[in-house]
Amino acid sequence: MHPLLIWPDPAPPDIVRVLDLAGIAWEALGNHSEAGAGPFSGAIVSAEENPAAAYTAARSLRRGDSPIAPLLLCVRGSELGDLVERSDIFDDFCVVPAHPSELEARVRHLLLRESAGFELPPEIVTYESLELNVETYQASIDGRPLDLTYMEYELLKFLASSPGRVFTRETLLTQVWGYEYYGGARTVDVHIRRLRAKLGEEHAGLIQTVRSVGYRFGESRWGS
Amino acid sequence: MQHQQDYVLRTVEERRVRLVRLWFTDVLGQLKSVAISPVELEAAFSEGVQFDGSAIDGFSRMQESDVLARPDPNSFQLMPTDDGEVTARVFCDIANLDGSPFEGDPRQVLRRNLAAAADAGFEFMCAPEVEFFYFEGAERGTTPVPLDEASYFDLTANDSKGHIRRRTIQRLEATGIPVEYSFHEDAPSQHEIDLRYSDALTMADNVMALRMIVREVAMSEGIYATFMPKPMEGVQGSGMHTHMSLWSADANAFHDPESADGLSDVARSFIAGVLAHANETTAVTNQLVNSYKRLVAGFEAPVNISWAHNDRTALVRVPVPKRNKEARGTRIEYRALDPACNPYLAFSVVLAAGLQGVARGYELGEESVAALHEEAARSHSTGLLPANLSEALDAMESSALVRDTLGEHIFEWFLRNKRAEWAAYRTHVSSFELERYLRTW
Repeated sequence: MHPLLIWPDPAPPDIVRVLDLAGIAWEALGNHSEAGAGPFSGAIVSAEENPAAAYTAARSLRRGDSPIAPLLLCVRGSELGDLVERSDIFDDFCVVPAHPSELEARVRHLLLRESAGFELPPEIVTYESLELNVETYQASIDGRPLDLTYMEYELLKFLASSPGRVFTRETLLTQVWGYEYYGGARTVDVHIRRLRAKLGEEHAGLIQTVRSVGYRFGESRWGS
Repeated sequence: MQHQQDYVLRTVEERRVRLVRLWFTDVLGQLKSVAISPVELEAAFSEGVQFDGSAIDGFSRMQESDVLARPDPNSFQLMPTDDGEVTARVFCDIANLDGSPFEGDPRQVLRRNLAAAADAGFEFMCAPEVEFFYFEGAERGTTPVPLDEASYFDLTANDSKGHIRRRTIQRLEATGIPVEYSFHEDAPSQHEIDLRYSDALTMADNVMALRMIVREVAMSEGIYATFMPKPMEGVQGSGMHTHMSLWSADANAFHDPESADGLSDVARSFIAGVLAHANETTAVTNQLVNSYKRLVAGFEAPVNISWAHNDRTALVRVPVPKRNKEARGTRIEYRALDPACNPYLAFSVVLAAGLQGVARGYELGEESVAALHEEAARSHSTGLLPANLSEALDAMESSALVRDTLGEHIFEWFLRNKRAEWAAYRTHVSSFELERYLRTW
């Protein structure tokens, strides 16, 4: 079995103790862009000290050629609200400080699921004639390929994964750009405008502006 | 960065890209391109592509002539073509062999100035209005023949090549360059494309791409497009009025709801800075001998160094934002720029002049009012823009601000190159002179 990846480096002692006692191999990694160094059987990301950096790390581990799953996120009770918009970056979470036996049970459960054929989110996102292949990074509409930049692709993937849902600019910034991006919320407007341009006149309406709130992809779930 | 590179490499593979063009810009603002095979792209990202820069305008140096082109994965874009061949372009930063930014690279100059703005807490957004002419005849020739006699906003059979503009806009949009408006301009065969605002670096890249796309589409229709500032006597020239704003975190730093006209102190001292240094920056914003034939009274081009809300002869105009859009829409419009400038350098010098105004708290003078008489307009102006390239170069040469903004290498090279252009022009005997003097004297 491959070792578990633990973020950050040095690994939080509470987690290390549990894993060592349970005989589960692990490796701490501070620089999440080196995750390609793996392979890892899964990851534990601790948001105890620095939640923002932890979310960025978790998101980053989910991207790239070989995304890491399953991923267990450790958060303080006071930070639970952060998880609402971030369900895509973890498979399970654990409120810390946790009892060692809870942490161990969750890790074992997670790894079991993995060996039982745990699957990553679907590889193809579709909506009407729009198709996004998460694995190959390709997008097409009416069978015509869309020539997107990386950020345009990530933004469209995020929106198309939750059709009908309204996202604020701030949510899109933290979710898609994933860190305190310097450009601020108008970066979102600029990218939305570019996406609409590339979707073409006929499909530009797929992304709707919700006045004084933000953006919505596809039909409103309440009917509009 | 790593993910972006992965994305680019994956896309190249999946879309079977045949050729990747590495784009960069010489000091004068001409687009340069090195094509590489897709298999070389990964190495290009990690190591850069080495080439001899000595033949590129403004890249030559005394000692080392080799430089590195480092592709910026952020700017990677597939370029749709009519024949179905898939090619891609990516803008490059030019580096010295030791990896440090190459001082002759205009894109690095803009990067450096944007970083300075960021240090001061600002992000610089731009939206240019690019004007250009279409003329008959794709083959070589130097007499401009307009395609139509249409005028401002005309939408008739007179706007005979309207479909060319439409095709151009489709190409721009498909390339991720959103167009706000486009229309037939005032002069025969003159068109305008207004781009939607973006950060200045992306926008400078967009202007480079736009000039190429406009030309390519025109050529495919058997005509040609020119961004020459004043191709025809007696009608308006082509400008590149550029809307500008500074943003601080998520707020428009130019907007202050408390002030009477909605302009913040930052906006006021930015305008003051831009005006105070306008003489020094004009050689960069208007770099051709021909640029100064546009900057004359009577053709909606700025002549006076002044600012106003409504006076379109002012150098800086403060457009009235749409109602309830003041917080986003407050901006200034700098009207001297022409579309033959190097956008990286032109955005840099105007930004630096404005930021100097902000940093040193320059006071903004009174606004000028639309005046029928030149004298009246002049009374609120702090002077006139340089009348020709030579005057502009004199003002630039004595400017510490422009020297710092461009860096020693480009500053010196630009002056040398443009002095030579002026010297060649000065000795040219024009048709104006021959017609007037040959038989009279």
